[in-house]
Amino acid sequence: MAKIQVKTKINGEETEFLCQPYDTVLDVLRRDLNMTGTKEVCSTGDCGACSITMDGRLVCSCLVLAAETEDKNIETIEGMAKNGKFNVLQKTFLEHAALQCGICTPGMLVAAKSLLEKNTNPTETEIRYWLAGNLCRCTGYDKIVKAVQAAAEEIRENA
Amino acid sequence: MSEVKFISPETIEQAVDAYSKSSKEGNTKILAGGTDLLVQIRSGISQPDTIIDIKNIKELKEISNDNGSYTIGAAVAGAVLDEEEDFGNNWPGVLEALKLIGSEQIQGRASLGGNLCNASPAGDSVPALIASGATVKIQGPEGERKMPIESFHVGPGKTNLKNGEIVVNFQFPKKQKHSGDAYLRMIPRTEMDIAVVGCAVNVTIENDKCVDARVALGAVAPTALLIEDASKALIGSNFEKKAVEKAALACEAACNPIDDKRGTISYRKKVSKVLFKRALEKAIERAKRG
Amino acid sequence: MNEMDNKWIGKNTIRPDGADKVTGRAEYGADTIMPGMIWGKVLRSPYPHATIKSINTKKAEELDGVFSVATSADCVDFPVDTPVILGIQDIRWMARNVLAKEKALFHGHPIAAVAARTEEIAEKACELIEVDYVVHPWAIEIDDAIKPDAPILHDFIKFDGKPSNIAGTLEHKKGNIEEGFKDADIIIEKEFETAAVHQGYLETHACLVSVSPDDRTTIWSSSQGQFMVRAMTSFITGIPQSSIRAIPAEIGGGFGGKTIVYLEPVATILSKKSGRPVKMVMTREEVMRASGPTSGSKSKVKIGAKNNGKITAAQGTFYLQAGAFPGAPIRGAAGCCLAPYDIPNAHTFGYDVVSNRSKVAAYRAPGAPIGAYAVECVLDEVAEALKMCPLEFRLKNAAKEGTKAVHGPTYPVMGYVETLEACLSHPHYKAPLKKLQGRGYASGFWFNAGGESSAQVNITEDGNVVVTTGHPDIGGSRASIANITAELLGIDVNRVSVLIGDTATIGFSNLTGGSRVLFASALVVTESTNQVIDILKDRASKIWNIDKEAIEWENGEARPAGDNAGKFKPLSLVELAEQATPTGGPIGAGHQVNTVGAEGGFATHICDVEVDIELGIARVIRYTAAQDVGKAIHPAYVEGQLQGGVVQGIGWALNEEYIYNKEGKLDNPGFLDYRIPVCSDLPMIDTILVEVPNPQHPQGVRGVGEVPIVPPLSAIANAIYNAIGTRFYSLPMSPPKVLEKISD
Repeated sequence: MAKIQVKTKINGEETEFLCQPYDTVLDVLRRDLNMTGTKEVCSTGDCGACSITMDGRLVCSCLVLAAETEDKNIETIEGMAKNGKFNVLQKTFLEHAALQCGICTPGMLVAAKSLLEKNTNPTETEIRYWLAGNLCRCTGYDKIVKAVQAAAEEIRENA
Repeated sequence: MSEVKFISPETIEQAVDAYSKSSKEGNTKILAGGTDLLVQIRSGISQPDTIIDIKNIKELKEISNDNGSYTIGAAVAGAVLDEEEDFGNNWPGVLEALKLIGSEQIQGRASLGGNLCNASPAGDSVPALIASGATVKIQGPEGERKMPIESFHVGPGKTNLKNGEIVVNFQFPKKQKHSGDAYLRMIPRTEMDIAVVGCAVNVTIENDKCVDARVALGAVAPTALLIEDASKALIGSNFEKKAVEKAALACEAACNPIDDKRGTISYRKKVSKVLFKRALEKAIERAKRG
Repeated sequence: MNEMDNKWIGKNTIRPDGADKVTGRAEYGADTIMPGMIWGKVLRSPYPHATIKSINTKKAEELDGVFSVATSADCVDFPVDTPVILGIQDIRWMARNVLAKEKALFHGHPIAAVAARTEEIAEKACELIEVDYVVHPWAIEIDDAIKPDAPILHDFIKFDGKPSNIAGTLEHKKGNIEEGFKDADIIIEKEFETAAVHQGYLETHACLVSVSPDDRTTIWSSSQGQFMVRAMTSFITGIPQSSIRAIPAEIGGGFGGKTIVYLEPVATILSKKSGRPVKMVMTREEVMRASGPTSGSKSKVKIGAKNNGKITAAQGTFYLQAGAFPGAPIRGAAGCCLAPYDIPNAHTFGYDVVSNRSKVAAYRAPGAPIGAYAVECVLDEVAEALKMCPLEFRLKNAAKEGTKAVHGPTYPVMGYVETLEACLSHPHYKAPLKKLQGRGYASGFWFNAGGESSAQVNITEDGNVVVTTGHPDIGGSRASIANITAELLGIDVNRVSVLIGDTATIGFSNLTGGSRVLFASALVVTESTNQVIDILKDRASKIWNIDKEAIEWENGEARPAGDNAGKFKPLSLVELAEQATPTGGPIGAGHQVNTVGAEGGFATHICDVEVDIELGIARVIRYTAAQDVGKAIHPAYVEGQLQGGVVQGIGWALNEEYIYNKEGKLDNPGFLDYRIPVCSDLPMIDTILVEVPNPQHPQGVRGVGEVPIVPPLSAIANAIYNAIGTRFYSLPMSPPKVLEKISD
């Protein structure tokens, strides 16, 4: 059977691909488009490592079928730094040592960015609950929360 | 797998037509948020040869408010309903139950319709829907029908839907003055777990007296339960200790749980009473406020 | 070097690999491709215990799209009765763990593997492999494995002269235990249990292997040691090490679990047989079912003390699950449990018990949290009985410089007492608690390790620096190495690039494990950098035509010193690099050595919990970890080690556990029901970095990564007792267990 042809926008770029009905966005990103910044860790929506946004909504790319993305607007970690400059969260994650092995980092950054787009002054509790779907086994989350707080502060100062 | 079809109809009629035809030939699955279905496909539990994505059907994505009566499309994602400010003021218990399903990422996709049709005994939104008194609108090859939520499930993973029928939306009664609902669940962590027990309470108060009450439990039986004996114990009371205790015992008595990796029978029974009392307290507080 | 003048050591610099990791560029085990690549999948045992009578792969081989099939028949044959030791592993077990030979010993045990055009075809082909099993009764729990009529996993393993599942023992003795208990005014003895827990590294095992017709092999994989990958693959496949180039990918967490191979030898066989590069990536479920967790345990601890608070005797017996093959970390349990204390009479005993579970792998201070859990809980009870503050009680019995440890060594300078004092003077110690809140304390120890390490420091033509070491960077070690190199050379840290070499580009370096990486690599990097400085001085001496001894290296430049001071304009690293060719050629130096002098690490933790007594839920609401870190080269990443270790300990204490069903099959092989802590479960984790420099290390470094997981189990148990007056002797202290015990 012919594969499904999908036209979608990824990080602002028109993209076309062919996929099987069972293929997830994560499968297509990593295997077919070689965009391996989005990480595969659990494939069941329990870890957040494959977080992307679709039409501005934070989702797990392992839980979205590639065939569903026709005419959608997808943002991944690869689109976070703009024109060779870090997003403020990328900068604060580095400054606050908010990553150790770094495998959760792309998903964590995508999720944190989505929070700060809604709320530039989240409490510690709000940050912790927003990021509850992003597992990190290395850091104990302490420095991640602090890096998000620092980024929020910077965003507020520059507003 | 090479035979698998992916369909995304734009009308209910098209969806029902495709669903009833393909169901006769093989295994068809309706795709709403996909947060359960994709996990089942990946693990091999479900291997549909037709997938019908219902998210391009307008009616299933609509939220409407007709003079205080809400209709919520079956495929409306939790994050979307959360942004509908007034819904949460009317049905905070339903919203908090839906919002408890999974992470923010899951919230971007998971819907009331999906949670209902997945028919897990532990689905968080189901007890809250039952307590709210909402009905579900179903459309199939033989037309449209409505059903109270508590009649929807037959057992774990099993529903009363007939061949070709899909869930269209949820219709909520007009919220009564001085009524309030609440949902609480017990999970070992603070997030990301399946409910070990879930309890929803919806009460209406007049002159400090309980004039209406609906209590529902999840994860304590093959399906979510409406605890009618708990309602009886509460209605007419001033929520005095004796009445609350009687209702709590009714909750415990209604439990028919299993021992599994998530909790024991005795644990679930004890917890059902505790959660009922806590949810009741929250519901009363909300009822008094509005 | 005067500490106060440090410009980079002790500073929180930006890690050299950071930009790649925040932009998604960093390449982990599953992130790379090769032309012509195909996919490998593993067929796993559906039974926890079965003899493999035959494997027929014909139908799988005939399926369209299949390139090769591998079974244990393709591996080098290691007889079961002859040990083949590599480090702490035995290759006869490793080979059988990678592909089962005589028997399938746990549900999920690899039986065969297929390489095919796609993962789907490989999976389908696995289903076509016909395996003739004879199913045996199985034993999962320790009690079932050591009872008299237990099913025996390995017939040739004998204990007390009879076939047994007890595969080994270990004991430590000091003084006279009977006399010690006679001297005691109070004796407390308790039994404990802990569940098997998984390291929970987020990155699943993954590799990509290409074997050419002449056997030259390239392995790209994520591991805690590219040299380990090379050696184990060589052993199991028979390809000489010189023909294997193992390239370390970025590693997405390991915590000990990636110190052995699972996929690399299999992918090598599949690639050799197919002539194509083969990629293999485990699913999360495969990781949970078939990669090593750490042991579940049963233990008994008895401690006696005088009314004045002095411990007179201690005894501990620890049974640890090894999984399907021998090798439980009994040394960590029996060796570390009493290490923080000066105890005159002690006896600890460990039993290595095999059962039908996946083979255990190292996990952060392997065995030590299990030993400490039992000992530190009993110490809490003894302190209570003596009406002493638990910290003061520990202080009274604390090991110091010169103390002879129960596990053997006599301690050099060490900072255990300082961690106790730091806790006693921390505001957390005196902070008020509310109803149903409680505070607990515990200490912990880990050996730390030295071992083989190699480094190369090269000056680039433009006068910057590239450092290459041989240890995969699992928690920020590149940042620390950059700090040290920049400090020694007196240049900006951003001029130093730190890379992890592959097995062909850097000398042998032992595993990233045992909290050894910074200790060992700092030693070889320091020596290499000092050699480079010596070369730089030599070059300046040629340019100035003065003695090398008359030149100082300071602030990144060669300066004439002594009688020549001020006679020449100093030569910077850039200027010397520009003149490298005429003055003698490329500038660089390397050093390789078996490092020694790694000293143990000690920690003391304070933990506050709040217990919901109606639901049985305990939550950690405040946590402070004090640890002797020697010298924090990059404090933020040291803190990160402490915080991460603590939180893994919190998971172990409260909710993590391997749950087996009646069929001997793991019932929670995913992150939904194997519950590692999520962000909203936790408070901030405060750290106190106590710095008692290791005198045997140029920068004073001690290992820091493992100690922090040792105290939390007991700190939390003690805190729960303090909150509600109930003691728990079994982990995890999950809500159903807690509520049941409170209700009793």
